[in-house]
Formats: sequence, structure tokens, C-alpha cells
Amino acid sequence: MNDRFEVPGRLRNTSLALIAVGVLTLIGGIATLLMGHTDVDKARFWAVLLHDSVFFTLITAVSIFVQAAVSLAQGGWIVAYRRVPEAIGANVWIFGSILAVVLFLIVFTVRDAHGVNPIYKWVTEAEPGKDKILFGKKPFLNPGMFVGFTIVALGLWAFFGRKFRELSIAQESAPKNDTKIYWKVFRLSAVFLFVYALTQMSTAPWLWIMSVQAHWYSTLFSWYTFASAFVSGMSLIMLWVVYLKNQGNLKLVTTEHMHDLGKFMFAFSIFWTYLWFSQYMLIWYSNQPDETFYFKMRQQGPYSVLFYANFIINFCMPILILMARPSKRNYFTVTFMALIIIFGHWVDYFQMIMPGPLGEHWHINWYEIGMFMGFAGLLIFSVSRTLTKSSLVPHNNLLLKETMLHIS
Amino acid sequence: MAIKKFAVAAYDDEAVLFPAVRKVRKNGFKIHDVYTPFAVHGLDEAMGLKSTDLHIAGFIYGLCGTSTAVGFISWIFTSDWPINYGGKPHFALPAWIPITFELTVLFAAVGMTLTFCYLNQIMPGVKKHVFHPRQSDDMFVMAIELNSQTPENEVIEFLKNTGAKETSVQIAEAGWWYGRWDKKEPYESLSAI
Repeated sequence: MNDRFEVPGRLRNTSLALIAVGVLTLIGGIATLLMGHTDVDKARFWAVLLHDSVFFTLITAVSIFVQAAVSLAQGGWIVAYRRVPEAIGANVWIFGSILAVVLFLIVFTVRDAHGVNPIYKWVTEAEPGKDKILFGKKPFLNPGMFVGFTIVALGLWAFFGRKFRELSIAQESAPKNDTKIYWKVFRLSAVFLFVYALTQMSTAPWLWIMSVQAHWYSTLFSWYTFASAFVSGMSLIMLWVVYLKNQGNLKLVTTEHMHDLGKFMFAFSIFWTYLWFSQYMLIWYSNQPDETFYFKMRQQGPYSVLFYANFIINFCMPILILMARPSKRNYFTVTFMALIIIFGHWVDYFQMIMPGPLGEHWHINWYEIGMFMGFAGLLIFSVSRTLTKSSLVPHNNLLLKETMLHIS
Repeated sequence: MAIKKFAVAAYDDEAVLFPAVRKVRKNGFKIHDVYTPFAVHGLDEAMGLKSTDLHIAGFIYGLCGTSTAVGFISWIFTSDWPINYGGKPHFALPAWIPITFELTVLFAAVGMTLTFCYLNQIMPGVKKHVFHPRQSDDMFVMAIELNSQTPENEVIEFLKNTGAKETSVQIAEAGWWYGRWDKKEPYESLSAI
């Protein structure tokens, strides 16, 4: 069976072209926005970089989480296309490094004309004479904690992403039916879930995203960003599986496996809505001014288009289109919905980050779209390269037979 | 439903049951149902059962629940008995979403359960003919509907050739009925069809 993947020229050229677009956009951004005259332009330059690097880091890190969760549950359904999340997870370090550079540059170097950090106001304003509330949060929200948590979180994600793939490939050359690596992955998965719970599901979104509007807080916020990342991460895996199927690889993957991924896209879209709404309704109901200003700006202010688009794209479309069983088993609908969901959650992260630094001066224009294309190109380029380096069928995996017989 | 005549075959092994089911279908006999002590995977495909439309019914029940909740609550709080709760608008949609959601789930769940019972003709307190006393113990029982085109001796002979341990011809009510087990089944007074 031919289970090696070779990057087709067209895919490589597309990804390189996208990266080129991203680099040109970055240069254009430096020339026009960073060197621009207004503080808003400078803030836009950094906020967009932050938005895209956070988004891509989180949705790729989901692949590590999926592997860990499935290994711990001893699930066989994913084994048929396990190399895809492995390849995505092994490239988290690329996006993590970019994110770390962007975050540290923002925290340590970016200041506007008044000496205030335009993205993370707590960096400069958490002083007793300036901002009492931010000063009260200083024990947690300070550059030292920020850098420490960021390095630990991204470092551990990068480590586990590469480690899981390494172990999975090591299993191929292990003696037949040897369970040593299997149980090692099992134990490491438990450790990773612990790490992931303390980073993605709590601290990381507080520090990276919620602290953009540091006066506001929501206890649900990290869960909500996790749900957002998870559903787009599953869509990303789906896109790769469909692509590889179309190239004639992944012969073990059947409609049953696609149906599983489709269920994840459907169910977690609803899970995302549940958290999105829970956060919204509690704040709407209690009506505290220090909480409602967050939603006033988004729902009634300049972001209302994005607010409602977010709800329609990420809830109404998946629930109506993906509810029926045939649509989850149809390659066109799942591909279409995967693209829609990734775009929708990109918009979701956009409206989490932009209102703080940009106020009403938000754009989705050449710079935002160009940066997105650049990151997407980097993702395609790196993941497709990683996929070529090993067989696409995890030979000798203990659950390989189970995955062949899998019925969703 | 109706009183019909059945040829009944009891098997003691899944491995015999599957080819038998396929042969019976291939030969054009109409399978009334197959009764097994546990869920046998793949039997539905072997019997040629289509996937159910129960979930479409569930969707419709859910929509009924949603519209009942939204309609009723909005009627109460906007026209029948408007109350000012902490300065919220009378038409306070976000506050109603949890109840709307619950009612959607409730309608869908109850509606689907009842529909399921009706489709399978089972319900607490409702009786149904048992073709073989061991069909819930260790035997796999297949009931075939007979008609004028399928003479019983021929079908019984065919079933014996497929590996059936026991065969019989029964005249029985095909659906459910109200009653008690200690009463005679209603058809027993009838003469053979």
C-alpha cells in the first residue's frame, strides 16, 4: 500500500505564495502602519499580529490535546488519520515561537505617544497613581508572570507536540504488539491534559487575550476560547484529512471516520455557543457597569456587525447545515463548513482582541487578510513537510485493526 | 394491527443466523422481525432495514418545543402580565433562552420516545405476541410473514435447511394490544386463516 505522502508542487507553490503574501503584508504593515503617524495605526499593527499568532497557536495546539485525550481514552477511531493531528501538533513550536516573539515585543517595546502600552495597558498603567484597579491586579498581571507563563505554556506545548509524534513513529519500529510505548504515551497524555488544563483552559487566555481589556474579567473566558479553538482545530484536521483523501492517501479513512470528525465540528459548535451565551447572559442579567462595557462596545457599538456575524457563522450555520447525518458524510459540506468554522472563529478572536486597543477604528482590510494568508501559508507549508517524513498509516499501532473496523 | 400467519425459526448461533437471514431475503420471503437476546451488530444491514427517520421527527418535536416556549413566555411577559424585573425590557430574550432550550430538549426527548415506542409497537403495559419463549434467553428467532404465494411447508423446509434448530407455524397478532398475560390472546378463538 502506498502510504507515503509527497507534497505536490501545486500545494507547495500555493503555500509559498501565501507566505510571500504574508511577508509582503508584514513589510507593508511596517512601512505604513508601524511607521505611521497615529497611535491607532501602530496599535493596529501589533494587535493584528497578536490576533493571528494567538489564533494559529491555539488551533494547532488543539491537535496535541486531541491526541492526548484519545490516547487516554484508548480510542481507536482516530488511528486511521492519527498522523494528521501528529503533524499539526509537531509544528506548534513554529507558531508558538512567533507568538512568543510578538508577545514579548509588545510587552517590552511597544509604547504610544504618551508612554502607554497600546495593547496591554497593565504593563505601564499598573501604578498606584495611574490606575488603581490594574494596580490591584499587579501581583498576577505583571511582565514577569506574563513572560514566565508564556514560556512555560508554549515550551510545554512544543515539547509534547513533538514528543507524541516521536513516540508514535517509534512504535513503527518497535517489536510487534509491544505495549511499552503505548503505555508511555498513555501516561504522558495524562500529564499533558494537566498541563493543557492549566494553560489553554485557564491562564494562557487570561494573559494573552483577556488582559487586553484588563479591567474586565470573566471566569468563563478561558473555556470559551478553548471551545473556539477546539472546534476550529477539529475543522483544521478535517481539512487535512479531506485533502489527503483527495490526493489518494489515507486509504484506511472511510466515511465513518469523516462522520466522527463532522460530529465534533457540529457538537463543539454548539458547545461554543453554550459558553458564549453563558458568558453573555450572566453579564447581561446582572447588569454591572464594570462588566457590561465589554459587551456594550461589541453588541451595540462599532463591533455589532462582527458580534452578530459571529453568532450566525458559528452557531446558526453549523447547526442547520451539519445537523443532518448525510451532510456530515458528504465531502463537500464538511469541507465548506470547516472553512466557514475556521473563518468564523478567526472573527471570534478578532472581536475578543480588537476593541481594546483599536476602539472604533477596526478594519478587516489588506493588512488583516494578508497576515491571515501568511500564517495559513506557513501552516500548510510546515504541516505538509512534516507529513512527508513518515508513513501516513501508523503501522504496528496496537489499535490499527480497531480503526479499520470502526463504525461511527 | 392485524392477525397474520408466521413461519418461525429459532437459531442458537449468530454465525448461522446471518447467512440464514441473507438467504431468506434473497429468496424473497418477507421477514417480519428477528428477535435476539442482545443487540447484534450488523443485523439491521443483513435484514435490509433502512436507517430510521426518527431523528427528523425529533427535529420537528424540538421546533415545537422552541416555539411553545418562546410563544408562551413572550405572551405572558409582554401582554398578559408584564412585570418590571430590575429594569429589564419586557421582551427579555436572553433570559428566556435557558427555558426555551429545556423545553426544546423535553419535547424532542418525550416525542421521540413515544414515536419510538409506536414504531416498534412496544410500551409499558402493552402486550405483544412472543414467538418463542427463549428469544430473550439464548435463541435467535426469525419470524417470516406467510401469504398465499408462500406455502408454509415450503417455507418451513427452507428454514430447516438454513440451520434452524426449531421451526413452527403460528397465527398471531402482529402488533401490540392492551390486555394481561393471563388472558387468552384475542385471536385464539378465531379459526385458522
